Amino acid sequence: MQPISCVLKMRRDVFQAIADPTRRAIITLLALQAMTPNALAEHFDTTRQAVSKHLKILSECELVKQKQEGREILYTLQLKKMKEIDKWLEQFRKLWETRYNQLDDLLSTLKNKKK
Amino acid sequence: MKPDLQFDFIADKQKNTLTIVREFKASRQLVWDCYTKSELLDQWFAPKPLTTKTKSMQFKNGGHWHYAMVEPNGTEYWGYTEYLSIHPINYYTALDAFCDEKGEINKNLPRAKWLVSFNDKGENAVVESVVTYNSLNDLETVVNMGMQQGMSATLEKLDELLLILNK
Repeated sequence: MQPISCVLKMRRDVFQAIADPTRRAIITLLALQAMTPNALAEHFDTTRQAVSKHLKILSECELVKQKQEGREILYTLQLKKMKEIDKWLEQFRKLWETRYNQLDDLLSTLKNKKK
Repeated sequence: MKPDLQFDFIADKQKNTLTIVREFKASRQLVWDCYTKSELLDQWFAPKPLTTKTKSMQFKNGGHWHYAMVEPNGTEYWGYTEYLSIHPINYYTALDAFCDEKGEINKNLPRAKWLVSFNDKGENAVVESVVTYNSLNDLETVVNMGMQQGMSATLEKLDELLLILNK
């Protein structure tokens, strides 16, 4: 595991980035394919400028990366960074998953007793 | 994880909340019982290989649950849940805390407010827990404590769990 301080610092930035619903939607879209800012903007009711601003924040957190393709700029998702967030959240999520799987088993035991 | 049962885990950094939604293959009443009776809580609350031990519980407005999660080597992590309002079998609100064996609350550690709602989904029940921390720092502290307390215990195969529980 990484030292906690590193994880915390990374998380502060990244969480800021994914706290916004539009940015989360952008991440979801980019998970499917690399897209231009224009193509992305079509999915939202906001201006192209607003989408660019979100992309800038996502780039700063290294969640997305630009790549030039011909005359166009495509944005791609940085999967490695996404996995780091997952890893962090996974700790807490796992606790609840385990806990609830145990509750599933208890519930089924209780139901069987009633029969 | 059982793929046919809903499970959502959402962290909201702006509101300092964690929302955990989970569906159960049981009636709302039965799930409510598992959440509100200590002899049942003891059987599922601590993630394996930890076990749960209730010191005292009064499930009523202003009541509490004083419990420990115990590691196989005997190390105990004490917790204290203060029940604020109870509305059977719809929802309850509570304030959690870290404490010691005597139930003395550790004021240096964050407390969170819990809103736990129970709903029907066809024949199943859905439990939604919204956990609100005072600040993002609090949330971080708790998550880090969770890591230290060995809560990253890997999920065992369900079959294996069933086997032990049915003994």
